[in-house]
Amino acid sequence: MSLRINGQARAAEIDTRTTLLDTLREHLKLTGSKKGCDHGQCGACTVMVNGRRVYSCLTLAIMHEGDEITTIEGLGQPENLHPMQAAFVKHDGYQCGYCTPGQICSSVAMLEEIKAGVPSHATSDLTAAPRLTADEIRERMSGNICRCGAYSNIVDAITEVAEKQA
Amino acid sequence: MRPFTYERARTPAEAAAAASRNPGAKFIAGGTNLLDLMKLQIEVPSHLIDVNGLGLDRIEATPEGGLRIGALVRNTDLAADERVRRDYAVLSRALLAGASGQLRNKATTAGNLLQRTRCPYFYDTAQPCNKRQPGSGCSAIGGVTRGLAVIGTSEACIATHPSDMAVAMRALDATVETVKADGTMRQIPIAEFHRLPGDTPHIETALERGDFITAVILPPPAGGRQFYRKVRDRASYAFALVSVAAVVQRDGTGRVALGGVAHKPWRVEAAEAELPRGAKPAMAAILDGAKPTHENAFKVPLAERTLASVLAEARG
Repeated sequence: MSLRINGQARAAEIDTRTTLLDTLREHLKLTGSKKGCDHGQCGACTVMVNGRRVYSCLTLAIMHEGDEITTIEGLGQPENLHPMQAAFVKHDGYQCGYCTPGQICSSVAMLEEIKAGVPSHATSDLTAAPRLTADEIRERMSGNICRCGAYSNIVDAITEVAEKQA
Repeated sequence: MRPFTYERARTPAEAAAAASRNPGAKFIAGGTNLLDLMKLQIEVPSHLIDVNGLGLDRIEATPEGGLRIGALVRNTDLAADERVRRDYAVLSRALLAGASGQLRNKATTAGNLLQRTRCPYFYDTAQPCNKRQPGSGCSAIGGVTRGLAVIGTSEACIATHPSDMAVAMRALDATVETVKADGTMRQIPIAEFHRLPGDTPHIETALERGDFITAVILPPPAGGRQFYRKVRDRASYAFALVSVAAVVQRDGTGRVALGGVAHKPWRVEAAEAELPRGAKPAMAAILDGAKPTHENAFKVPLAERTLASVLAEARG
């Protein structure tokens, strides 16, 4: 089958059972997306499908023919970091780094959700545009677990990028 | 995961026909619950019918003044819809209290209704479970029951329904619309959609083989102040211990449905006459006949206090 990943057409010969995550990692050698729990509980596998964040472990590659998939490799590279990657470095938004690609893909898409006016559990007034507060960021990032507990620095990194975008 | 064949359906009737033809088939939409269960071999479909290409992703006004929510509308989009936020706030709130951003982006309206219980014994394939393997017994009874049901249970099953969305749908008197392969449509009131376990806990809904959900229909707005209060073990991304969906009118009358306490969203319309008298008499009537275990008996007073908190907020 053929997939569009980070702007390029990529071919892969896969079993119907193959998740998007395993296709990325094992077949296309894009190992930035991480396998943590493989059950949609940790967020380490987060990628964007047509700009929306999803768990790549809980979807089949075969369901994504024609979709535009963006992984951490497509957001930035060591010599050309995405602003969110640079902010995570600056604010020390990790210890071991295993959850980081998922945190970054999730946070980039999450800021777009706020811009699009998508409310969250932390939004007090459902009829108003959501505001960018630390409580909002924490709630919206709850699908990404950091076992090292770098949460406060992650919130700082995301806040800085959001403020620069505003 | 067990091997399966895969097809993409092009129309709802074609999807229903494919399912009728193939007894081992399952529909896949968001897939977030189904694939998880397939990895654990709790679900073992021999054929998957991908319904993501069917459209059914719009929210339209009905002639009656309500909303028709396409089966494939994603949880994020339903929660963010301006009409839902304004007129059916309890539904937005319930959706936003459930899962995580990543899951809500994938999960669909119909799939949310059909998700399976998170009872730990349903997930543990080394232990008997009447829901997973009919007739094998219930390991939960006498086991770890803190998160399980307190009312509507049976000797065969004490699992809860995990959905937040469905609890709000129950408070709003939603209707589930289905189609069969021959084009026959059915309208199933949400009250009759989910079943109590009885002695067939593996049969969870009123759907018949080949029934395909096309939409969920909301009646005209119920007005009042609307709340979804969810109590859980952590502040976000956790299932409810107890949740209260409520629509409260100015005069103190209203509707209440509970999550986290039963095999289906729990609502007792006759008990709602007690609402103006407060949470204590109302919850006593709603949970009349509850049979909690020693581990989950806390859910009964917790439900009352959660309702008391909602009613206090409603009074402003």
